[in-house]
Amino acid sequence: INAEYGVFVRSVGVRTAKQTLSKSLPFSSSARSSVMALTYTPIDEIPKMVQKVRDTFKSEKTLDVDFRKNQLRAFYRMIDENTDQLIQTVHQDLHKPKHETLGTEILLTKNEILHTLNHLSSWITSSAEKKLANINDELIVKHDPLGTVLIIGAWNYPILLVLQPLVGAIAAGNTVVIKPSEVSANTAAKITELITRYLDPECYTVINGAVEETTSVLEQRFDHIFYTGNSTVGKIVMRAASNFLTPVTLELGGKSPTIIDHKVDLKIATRRVLWGKCLNSGQTCIAPDYVLCHTSQYEKFIAELQVAHEEFYGANSQTHPDYGRIINQRQFQRLRGYINEAQNEPAASTEAQNPNGTIVFGGKTDEGELYISFTVVTNISPEAPLMQNEIFGPILPVIKIENIDEAVRFINSREKPLALYLFSQDKHSIEAITNRTSSGGLVINDTMLHLSVPSLPFGGVGNSGMGNYHGKRTFETFSHKKAVMRRSFAFSQLDGLRYPPLSDKKFSWLEFLLGEKASWGSLSSSSSSSPSEK
Amino acid sequence: INAEYGLLNFAQTKNKMFGSDILPYTPIDQIPDIVQSLKQTFKTGKTRSESFRRHQLHRLLDLLNDNSQEIHTATKKDLGKPAFESDLGEILGIRNDISRALDDLSCWMAPKNEGKGFAMITDQVQVIYEPLGVVLIIGAWNYPIQLILQPLIGAIAAGNCAVIKPSEVSAHTAFWLTQTLPKYLDPDCYRVINGAVDETTALLQNRFDHILYTGNSTVGRIVMRAAAEHLTPVTLEMGGKSPTIVDASADIRITARRIVWGKFLNAGQTCIAPDYILVHSQVHDELIDEIRKAINDFYGPDVLNSPHYSRIVSQRQFERLKALIDKATTQESESKIVCGGESDSSQKYIAPTIIDNCSPESPLMSSEIFGPILPVLRINNIDQAISFINDREKPLAIYLFSRTSSVIERIKSETTSGALLVNDTLLHAVVQDLPFGGVGESGMGAYHGQRSFEVFSHKKAYMRRSFFLSQLDTLRFPPYSNSNLKWLFAIFERTYSSNKLTRIVREFLALFIFLTSFILNFVLKKFA
Repeated sequence: INAEYGVFVRSVGVRTAKQTLSKSLPFSSSARSSVMALTYTPIDEIPKMVQKVRDTFKSEKTLDVDFRKNQLRAFYRMIDENTDQLIQTVHQDLHKPKHETLGTEILLTKNEILHTLNHLSSWITSSAEKKLANINDELIVKHDPLGTVLIIGAWNYPILLVLQPLVGAIAAGNTVVIKPSEVSANTAAKITELITRYLDPECYTVINGAVEETTSVLEQRFDHIFYTGNSTVGKIVMRAASNFLTPVTLELGGKSPTIIDHKVDLKIATRRVLWGKCLNSGQTCIAPDYVLCHTSQYEKFIAELQVAHEEFYGANSQTHPDYGRIINQRQFQRLRGYINEAQNEPAASTEAQNPNGTIVFGGKTDEGELYISFTVVTNISPEAPLMQNEIFGPILPVIKIENIDEAVRFINSREKPLALYLFSQDKHSIEAITNRTSSGGLVINDTMLHLSVPSLPFGGVGNSGMGNYHGKRTFETFSHKKAVMRRSFAFSQLDGLRYPPLSDKKFSWLEFLLGEKASWGSLSSSSSSSPSEK
Repeated sequence: INAEYGLLNFAQTKNKMFGSDILPYTPIDQIPDIVQSLKQTFKTGKTRSESFRRHQLHRLLDLLNDNSQEIHTATKKDLGKPAFESDLGEILGIRNDISRALDDLSCWMAPKNEGKGFAMITDQVQVIYEPLGVVLIIGAWNYPIQLILQPLIGAIAAGNCAVIKPSEVSAHTAFWLTQTLPKYLDPDCYRVINGAVDETTALLQNRFDHILYTGNSTVGRIVMRAAAEHLTPVTLEMGGKSPTIVDASADIRITARRIVWGKFLNAGQTCIAPDYILVHSQVHDELIDEIRKAINDFYGPDVLNSPHYSRIVSQRQFERLKALIDKATTQESESKIVCGGESDSSQKYIAPTIIDNCSPESPLMSSEIFGPILPVLRINNIDQAISFINDREKPLAIYLFSRTSSVIERIKSETTSGALLVNDTLLHAVVQDLPFGGVGESGMGAYHGQRSFEVFSHKKAYMRRSFFLSQLDTLRFPPYSNSNLKWLFAIFERTYSSNKLTRIVREFLALFIFLTSFILNFVLKKFA
């Protein structure tokens, strides 16, 4: 997920979002002028607030599983009773259609709470496998709370990306400091109000602010930091965490490739790609970033995109209620830059090719409304800025490929993406992509849906992040897996085997008791397959 | 594990460019090339096949089987380790992990099917374990073989290339490993780099896909900061003061022997060694008595000449430990040495030493001891022990000796540590199915057994859909409508119930209603 690039760039002394917004932007943002003021947390309050929830953790209040469950129930009510207000604030921030907010942010958060409530009791301890030597022992893995954890959210899904990790943090028995993105100011203000009202304020506290506040928060010691955003800030977070040896989960973004293979139901595939790309105006961490399209499908795909777009949003998406807007001027200008750099008409000769590509569909923008239409760019060079940075907006570059090997090479020459989408009915292609590329998630024949499955780990690899969450894994992210072994004083005669004075005979007994017995098959191949080099 | 404190501020008495007489260091300008060559190998996909991984694991097993004598000699030179301890502490764990890996590798590597709601009934939902790339393993000197090779098993099993950096403090073992490893493992995929501060700093500037570091928390921070520059995930295996609580209900004779064994194995230079004892006043005298007896039983009256007792690794560590004993006796009024206290500088020998009535403010109690000195503190009840432990950093292990269930339960739920072992010491580390790792100041991440494989793997979420039933897509596509949304919620929204049966029945009911009405709806539309 590509959070506001500016989080750590801008620093102004004015501590409310409304004022900083208008101050930092040279443009008149009429669409955003209705921004509700988000009060930033005074910086000198921050250490005290963190200390307060830390003290609460020490009081062992959150160790009680029933307490956690009650908080989760209150959490559910908080969302349920305020759904309409939340939809409204997200609409103010992102012009997000009501149904999108309901279907993604609200539904997924509620599901996470219910899934957790359903299973929490069974998650806390699990038993480990025993061997002969441990026959008399009790072996379990107990999930301990970590202490006080920090959750830093992003603006593109301002509810989900803060509240979904919070579910696991509460369930695991931690006290929590929550830092919503200041960019989605309305939602941040609403979340602050609701959390204070519904959840125990001694255990869960919200800190608001921009660079200075976040810097100050990161100077405090936490027992885990969960950050959603971009890799530049991700590095800053991890560096700060290293001072206290704090483990981190980093949910970052990257350019998620989408491959359209030769053998595919193009009509369905196109709609699934378009849906994923246009949801929240492309401002989704796992949105398809660019398309690698097999030559044989290329023309048809471009044509079908336009048909599907008309089906979805009619002739003019600007007036369609289901099409979102860009978060702020800064992001709008960045995206418009890509469009301006590309050319509008296909070039006559290959020499006149613009490396920044040709717009074959869309390309309309409206600064006043922060509107950018769904735009298809073709003939783009892999070195163009549009193909170097995560797009995070409704612009879709389409690149021709000759075969699946070319797609594998293209993807492997870049950073590991957060998601990879392949549309194909060819077994060979599916296997090539599955085994030879690496990405946070891989979805065959659809986009983004893996996010909605609580049993699948959600997280990146390499530059797209570390650690994962969703469902039980959110709970585990915020837990320490404590190895617990309980022995008895019975059979203590056997202890003599390991005590000095030592002897070879003793060791062979020990080896017999403690040694792993490899099955015959696994060891016998050694002599046949290993050329002796000695 | 408390590695040489000096890794990054080691007084470089030895020749900087060439290392010690025993261990030649890797030239710094070659380090990037070595890392780069492994990256090239990884790109070829050589390490991915199961047969390759198996073959390398077999070779690693051969290495151990062929060289037990050499391992004894090297660890004896570095640490005066008795052969028995080296077999038990270094080799057994690795052999177990290799055997387990060979047995279960196909099972570990296989994609795991994950639960799916009925909305995903036609989809394939899996977690795929894939190699990360080139990983770095930095070892420590106290178990110079095990702390390198045990993580390496996971790295190989997961299909990675690996750079191995043994501790330069245990120079003999590092030298032996550097000489021997390439004879057994594929040198295109696994390389050893040797050196001290400068070499390690140069090494950490390279981009790796995972770093597993065993050592102390000061260097742990440096490793993590270096890793942050490349967004590299880290596993940090560190140490800390592992408390040992002796409750009045324990069998004191067995307790004493189990503590003495865990504490004086490898002369206390074990990351999970009991660091100090919190003993109930009622059984205090008996415990001290039994500990003295156990030391005598184990090592005889003349420990200095016992073949079963190790030495301190370096002069630097020896001086540090000796100073701790000296301070404990001169500066404190209450505390006294009740056993041991002798040392021999020429042999780097420090006797098993018990310091009774140690004050919590003593230097002995301020950092990890990592040597054969055992402070004993009295407590009057279990609350005292819990608050004593919770006032300090989270330890790598807590040992509790008790027969009282309520006491065990309280320690289990009210303290946090890497591991909790009730009624014994160290043994949790040889149980492959228990995660081995710290929390807070004692580390992050855990390995051993299958977890080593997982540490060096990326869990890829995999979902495969078909083009079948694509009519359902319209529910989520724009233009949005309230009725579509209702359908979506009907499919995806979860219900809460503490009763599992109710949940299943509800899901099936929803599925049934959903499917019939959807088909009806579809048919009606078609023919209307």
